[in-house]
Amino acid sequence: MSQENQEKKGFFGRIFGREKTAVVEEAPGGGVVVEMIEACGTEPGNDKMGLAEQEGASDANAKEAEQDFTRLVAGLSKTRSGFIRSLDKVFLGRRELDATIASHLEEALVRADIGVKTAYELLESVTERVKRKELADRGAVMGHLKAVIYDILSQVESPMQTADGPEPFVVMVVGVNGSGKTTTIAKIAARHKTAGHKVLLVAGDTFRAAAVDQIEVWAERLGCPVAKGKDKADPSSVVFEGLRQAMDDATHLVLVDTAGRLHTRTPLMDQLKKIRRTMEKQLPGAPHETLLVIDASTGQNAILQAKTFNEALPITGLALTKLDGASKGGVLVGISNELKIPIRYVGIGEKMDDLRDFNARDFVEALFAEKDHNR
Amino acid sequence: MLEILSKGFRDVRSHLQGMRTITEENLSDALQMIRVSLLEADVEFRVAGAFLDRVKEKALGDIVLTRVKHKEKKLRVSPGDHFIKLCHDELIRLMGPEDSSLTLRTRPVSSIMMVGLQGSGKTTTAAKLAKYLSRTGKYPMLVAADVYRPAAVQQLVKLGSDLGVPVFTDGGASPPEICGRSLEDAYRKGCNVTIFDTAGRLTIDEPLMDELRLIQEKTAPDDILLVCDAMIGQESVNIANAFNERIKLTGFILTKLDGDARGGAAISIKEATGVPIKFVGMGEGLDRLEEFRPDGLASRILGFGDVVGLVKDFEEVVDEKKAEEDALRMLQGQFDLSDFLNQIKTIKKMGPLQDVVEKLPFFSGGIPDAAKTDDYELVRMESMISSMTPAERRRPEIIDESRVRRIAQGSGRKESEVKELLGKFKDMRDLMFAMGGGKLRGRWKRMKGVRNLFGGGLDGGIGADHPMMGSGGPLGMPEVGRGKVVSRKALEKRRKKSKEAKKARKKARKR
Repeated sequence: MSQENQEKKGFFGRIFGREKTAVVEEAPGGGVVVEMIEACGTEPGNDKMGLAEQEGASDANAKEAEQDFTRLVAGLSKTRSGFIRSLDKVFLGRRELDATIASHLEEALVRADIGVKTAYELLESVTERVKRKELADRGAVMGHLKAVIYDILSQVESPMQTADGPEPFVVMVVGVNGSGKTTTIAKIAARHKTAGHKVLLVAGDTFRAAAVDQIEVWAERLGCPVAKGKDKADPSSVVFEGLRQAMDDATHLVLVDTAGRLHTRTPLMDQLKKIRRTMEKQLPGAPHETLLVIDASTGQNAILQAKTFNEALPITGLALTKLDGASKGGVLVGISNELKIPIRYVGIGEKMDDLRDFNARDFVEALFAEKDHNR
Repeated sequence: MLEILSKGFRDVRSHLQGMRTITEENLSDALQMIRVSLLEADVEFRVAGAFLDRVKEKALGDIVLTRVKHKEKKLRVSPGDHFIKLCHDELIRLMGPEDSSLTLRTRPVSSIMMVGLQGSGKTTTAAKLAKYLSRTGKYPMLVAADVYRPAAVQQLVKLGSDLGVPVFTDGGASPPEICGRSLEDAYRKGCNVTIFDTAGRLTIDEPLMDELRLIQEKTAPDDILLVCDAMIGQESVNIANAFNERIKLTGFILTKLDGDARGGAAISIKEATGVPIKFVGMGEGLDRLEEFRPDGLASRILGFGDVVGLVKDFEEVVDEKKAEEDALRMLQGQFDLSDFLNQIKTIKKMGPLQDVVEKLPFFSGGIPDAAKTDDYELVRMESMISSMTPAERRRPEIIDESRVRRIAQGSGRKESEVKELLGKFKDMRDLMFAMGGGKLRGRWKRMKGVRNLFGGGLDGGIGADHPMMGSGGPLGMPEVGRGKVVSRKALEKRRKKSKEAKKARKKARKR
């Protein structure tokens, strides 16, 4: 065990090496503001997790908006390259649209993980219009697709609004194992910390080994208190205590972590319901937000996840994580088309400020952007 | 019971149409269905396309024993169904062979490196693998090489202490150093396998991907396993390739398969990299790591469990060769109670009788009342036959009053029931003998399908003179089938057999 302590020391040593950094942050309203936030260590190897984002000292707002867009595009570059590059191929050297367009479009849409059902719907709307000669060329088809996808996504664009009441605003974060719940909580907490809110983290994952340690590390880095129970305690009891603590301390925002669970595990889903009931009992109206975290690299199962969690709880918002990797954001289109759940956040990187309010226009623009912005 | 079955057989004849060749046209529906199903299972788009093209190529021109249409009812076993079954078998072949072996060659300490994206389940899987290895007599050591994720080290330490497996940690060092040092430490502690739990990483993260290469150079792991979430979408192939190009993978592990993800990634990754699937994660418990078996996953990916199950049910229970021999003997009037018992057992093996009957294509319009039967009847018959001596089973004629009494007592049935069974059996045997000796000449091969449907027996249930055959399928060769693809060679063989049977019958008559 001494080895572990040593390791811990090394860990925290790095964490405590803090510095002030300016970070470009998109405000919930849509405008871009610059905020000073406390950032953590830049120890080599650990900067992945750090808040450091050196470039963005305050310049003209327009420039930052441009940068922000660039980063979103960069984050979505994979989505784009999968989606748009294959679309480009469809039209390469073709003046007019012919029958083969359908199969190529199908490939482009399906490979973006948009989902078979939604892909076929989109496809149908395109081929129908092509037949009726409403869409004559590449630009028209792209424009149409863009409009349809924007239409789907704009309906679910709805950033999380925390009420400014006397009572804490409680967010319960749920999702399957490994979707990125804890990291998302840390990112949301970081955001609200910088806005001057009092944030409490509740370590509701009492199941997985060292999950409590994980959220404690984050709390330490962010300077938030964390409510935790004993190892393997009933998560409901931890949450109950956590809410009491939040009410006593006049906390603005409570972020409740829960253990990852596959949506097919009925007993575990029941446990979530119980946690929810406990919150309601302690603080009527809580949880004010039930956020489902979905890994962007998930395929068609994402839709089932959203459906099942929604039936059990229900879900009031979605966060899509790991959109910066090899994943294509298409799954968001599929989910939005089949279930109209508001999309709150997209995670486009490992840094603290890489959590964005979901913006349908930006997302679609990034999805359809013509040139490489970054890579 | 026998009446019930023969009623079923009588109904069959009107449903029979014949044999069909798999063509582009009669496949188009099935192709589209399978395509959508594969895509919904997250099989990568191009992998799905290439796979279907290949199977189609193979299948085209195959002759299929089938029934097609009866009145307005569409029958279930169609070339499409055969094609689905074919795809199923091909999927199994592609995902196979079963190979859960690990290399673990280096002495005295061999090593396994776990790699994957964030949240794919590496740490949990590493612990599960440690448990698996302990069970097989190895002494594993877990190595905490994830220095990035908060509390990842603590998680592994905790899991290690739960398992009673040592965990190597080294807070200050870089992952390649940690892995390198762990080997010596493992040797000192008497462990012979180290498992490196590396950090989750994106394939586009160059420095972190390079770190994997450094670990590989430093430690030369015997096995490099990619841990992949079963829920992953279309990007599976690119991810697997990105890892495989950088550090040659030796296998992969599919996690979270206990959910309802269809797991199409398995076939995508296997196709793209050729790297075998070693294990699957089936739950959160540390013992829920299973050796990979392709057959279960194939049905799941394909999503046509019912059709595949149907075709498989019949295939599993029918021992082709034995069925042929039995049929021959029966038609020569040598059908005895042991055969009868075997048939009952065969039918029972298919599951609840009601289910079996419902699955049969010719009952697609609903089960005839007479066929509604309880499984208990089969049990009763089986128990009575089981209470007979081998001699009685061979030659039921020797069963007299006293034997009937003994059989009834032995099986706990009434004497009247034993007599009823014997009566039915004799009727059936006579019928079959008549068939074998008479008007069925040159036609018996057409019975094969029915025989197969019922697991090898009861051919005789079909009256010999029923004008059961239409003018036949495309080849002009009327044939009843259970949905099995028959090669021309096999057809030849069957024809030959039927000729032999004819000769045998002639001989029997002369005597």
